[in-house]
Amino acid sequence: MNSHQLFGFTTFAYLLASVFYVAIFIFRAQKIGVVASLVTAVGLLVHTAATALRWIESYQMGYGHAPLSNMYESLVFFAWCIAAFYLWIEWKFKNRIIGAFAMPFAFASMAYASFASEISAEIKPLIPALQSNWLIAHVVTCFIGYAAFAVACGIGIMYLVKDSSENAKKAGRKGEGGLLCTLPDLKVIDDIIYKSVAFGFVWLSVGIITGAIWANEAWGTYWSWDPKETWSLITWFIYAAALHARFVRGWSGRRIAWIAIVGFLCVLFTYYGVNFLLSGLHSYGSA
Amino acid sequence: MKNEKNIVWRFFASVKLALFTLFALAPLSIIGTIIPQKADPGRYVELYGPNLANIFLTLDFDDMYASWWFTSLLVLFSINITICTIERFPHIWRVVSQDNLKTPVDRIKKMSIRRSFQTSASMQEAEAAVQQVLPGSGWALEKVEKDGGTLFFAQKGAWTRLAVIVVHVSILVIFAGALIGNFFGYKASVMIPEGGETDKVYQANSEHTPIPLGFNLKCEWFSLTYYDTGAPKEYRSDLVVEQNGKTLKEQIIVVNDPMKYGGLTFYQSSYQEMNGQMTAVLKNSGSDAQQRFGIVPRREVKWPTEEVSFGVTNVTGPDFMRKYRYKIWFKDAKAAPVEFWVNEGEVAKVQRPHTTYELMVKPRFATGLQVVKDPGVWTVYIGCALQMLGLMVIFFMAHRRVWVFVEKGDKGTAIFLSGNSNKNKIGFEKDVARLVEGFEEDDTLGIGSGKE
Ligand code: HEM
Repeated sequence: MNSHQLFGFTTFAYLLASVFYVAIFIFRAQKIGVVASLVTAVGLLVHTAATALRWIESYQMGYGHAPLSNMYESLVFFAWCIAAFYLWIEWKFKNRIIGAFAMPFAFASMAYASFASEISAEIKPLIPALQSNWLIAHVVTCFIGYAAFAVACGIGIMYLVKDSSENAKKAGRKGEGGLLCTLPDLKVIDDIIYKSVAFGFVWLSVGIITGAIWANEAWGTYWSWDPKETWSLITWFIYAAALHARFVRGWSGRRIAWIAIVGFLCVLFTYYGVNFLLSGLHSYGSA
Repeated sequence: MKNEKNIVWRFFASVKLALFTLFALAPLSIIGTIIPQKADPGRYVELYGPNLANIFLTLDFDDMYASWWFTSLLVLFSINITICTIERFPHIWRVVSQDNLKTPVDRIKKMSIRRSFQTSASMQEAEAAVQQVLPGSGWALEKVEKDGGTLFFAQKGAWTRLAVIVVHVSILVIFAGALIGNFFGYKASVMIPEGGETDKVYQANSEHTPIPLGFNLKCEWFSLTYYDTGAPKEYRSDLVVEQNGKTLKEQIIVVNDPMKYGGLTFYQSSYQEMNGQMTAVLKNSGSDAQQRFGIVPRREVKWPTEEVSFGVTNVTGPDFMRKYRYKIWFKDAKAAPVEFWVNEGEVAKVQRPHTTYELMVKPRFATGLQVVKDPGVWTVYIGCALQMLGLMVIFFMAHRRVWVFVEKGDKGTAIFLSGNSNKNKIGFEKDVARLVEGFEEDDTLGIGSGKE
């Protein structure tokens, strides 16, 4: 048994969980709800074990480091954070429909890491610039934030879907209202978006701060406006604006749902686009 | 006049302005991630043609994060935060410090989260029960007689209201730290060949102005190692700080582990091979005496105290592992000279009648150091810490308040329980449920289940 096989199993579990959650949503098959949660939980456990195993394997290869050092490892960790954050949301809000809008992100991240030709799953030694404990603090905090934003985006989409169908119904057209009435109340969805965004914002802030401290330890500049830093700040501006719009100006509903979606697009660009489309200090990610 | 001031004040205090600034900063910041920063003017002409390049350069797009307009936005943002904080502070302080026992009883009875109980117990017994149940769940009570009854009040986390101020002020603290660094610090760099030293560094601007260090910085050794995959593993410099011939500090630095001395920080940032030259360590394993040498090919190197001389007569390589091989000529007074080959970085043992010498030879490098003076860093770090603490408090803690009013009722005594929380309403509902449970379990009250 090696970590690679376990990650393969995880990918499959997340696919299965996504299918189940979507089935709950579309066919109102509430009964398979427990199965969906169980598959997700088992997937997450195996995922955790696989991560630990990969960590051990890197030591056996003679250049041990936490599995957080390149695009492959970060995508895998991203999926872990999404699954974990989603399970937490499911438990907290006692709602499984959200899974249909969240677990596909976890699966997509795993699948992309495993199957994209430009991403190598090989365990590589750490180049000098990455040999720092701040690497772990920085990556972990950033990705907890990213995962919360991914889930917020999924729930934002859920909000828009439900909202437009309700509008359609009000306008007298026939919508798929039957399907969508299984979704939680718009107010509840709105509340979960806000809470996920707020949670993500705290972790993104801590992620940016740990990154700044690391940069200062490594290069003597805590902020150098390199594209990755700048994009993370852009993302941070957007979510800061969303919080103020919501908390102080009372924005809610569609507008906040849209901000959650645009914000996550920014997250994706910060995380992925910058590595492949722009150049800078963080180009390690393209390895 | 007063009104006019109010308009300006209100403008700078408004959250609308904050939203405008944030939504402006976000897309404008993108420019500098697409257009290369701090390149030569010619480069922009090459990339975008003369007309566009001209516009870009006029708008300072070549160094946009330091441009007048970007800086102005940040200043506007700081003013916004400052005025907004000043404006809101009195309101926040009132909530933190107000006397909640003054809250009118009819308001308490109308709060959205409320419960009421009727009990046949006497007022005294009911009050005793309140004073039992609430402190039992960690609510410290205040009490006042009013409106024909007794009002109790307890709160948790009133101070958490101040966290918003902490978060906003932390942004100003971070900006202040950045300004301190800008005005009182500098960034510089220097190349020091192995065995060489410098007493100045060169500012990292276009003029490369020399800055005296006030001491000598010596690089004794530089080494570069690779993983077996060929990827670089470590860049390392052995640095020594000297003044008037006295060694003040010795430290090995690698990437991610700089040396701090005299308010400056020295970072390992680059290296250069000194073409054709080598450095060597020679050690007398009998006496443990050891010395480092710089070597030029085919030139004799002397170690006078040991009466040894040696040199490199031939070099081959680098091979596939990027390693050189050296042919060494070695001589001392005790026996005939010898010649032998040694691989870069490996130790060759030279047997002599009286002792064994150990020789290690490698290419000579110059280490590239980044030298930073930034007296603002700690201010920035304090700002960051305040921000993290503030955000945690804002999002993970709440200000919860409960009032309990005890008065004469139909059955004897009536107890009203109500409260509110500025965050996490669900959690607060649970707190209230716990208190209700407490009342229900109290024997003197004898109430089975609470009812509205
Ligand atoms: C990027 C910088 C900023 C950050 C990180 C920040 C952060 C925050 C946070 C986390 C909250 C609490 C929101 C909530 O409870 O959901 C908040 C509230 C608030 N912010 Fe900001 N803020 C920033 C800039 C500003 C600016 C420029 C203004 C200027 C008007 C402002 C005005 C406010 C106000 C009025 C509140 C409500 C405070 C209250 O509860 O009384 N913020 N801010």
